[in-house]
Amino acid sequence: MERTRRGQYRLRLPPQEREILRSLPRQLRELLGTSDPALRRLFPPAYEDDPERQAEYEGLVSPELTRDRLDALAIVERTIDSSKLTEEEITAWLGALNDLRLVLGTRLGVTEDMYEEGLPEDDPRSPAFALFAYLGWLEEQIVEAMASGLPRGEGTGPG
Amino acid sequence: MASTPAPVEVERPTGHEDVETDRLWVVTVWNDPINLMSYVTYVLQKLFGYPRPKAHRLMMMVHTEGRADVAHGSRERCEFWCSRLHAHGLWATMRRG
Repeated sequence: MERTRRGQYRLRLPPQEREILRSLPRQLRELLGTSDPALRRLFPPAYEDDPERQAEYEGLVSPELTRDRLDALAIVERTIDSSKLTEEEITAWLGALNDLRLVLGTRLGVTEDMYEEGLPEDDPRSPAFALFAYLGWLEEQIVEAMASGLPRGEGTGPG
Repeated sequence: MASTPAPVEVERPTGHEDVETDRLWVVTVWNDPINLMSYVTYVLQKLFGYPRPKAHRLMMMVHTEGRADVAHGSRERCEFWCSRLHAHGLWATMRRG
């Protein structure tokens, strides 16, 4: 994964890895149409103590979040075999990978310890955890490449 | 570690306006075991235009203390930032400052 001087991204993935990734967008798309509890992680509350405002927020924001996620998944599906990605396309890959990790990680009950200790070999979650770890590795590569394209930033921002 | 609040213009109260919309709200990002530290730093840079050292500092606060206030502004502005943070998969909430 590397960013070219012209602001595009070169994505070098062996065929086996592309095969692993190929079916994931469709799986997440199907999940987005359900009320699976793992999805709640993709739609966290903005207001913890104000149910009325939270309901308003949800009504406005959830459909947007869903639509943006579906758009990103479509872009990934369209470019799953590409070796060069535009800024827009790599942004979609990053979002889709992160969403996949969030859902998979939530389902697995991932904790911070698991990163260091891993899982026992006979744990039935092992294959899913291996996928989770792989997605994290790939996402890390993409973040590094994209971060190199960010402006250095001089302001202090709204914080 | 708190960052210095930006100066806010204070209007003289007339007793008629909705005081809430003039109140400062604060956006908090919470730690979670899934998001990569590099990703959180990147999102803070991208969404708020923070220089990398500031974004990194905020991320480390989230990581080590469980939470960090990342922005403040009007309720509408903070809702907007929450929605962007949520779109990027971060756990963010807002409260009255």
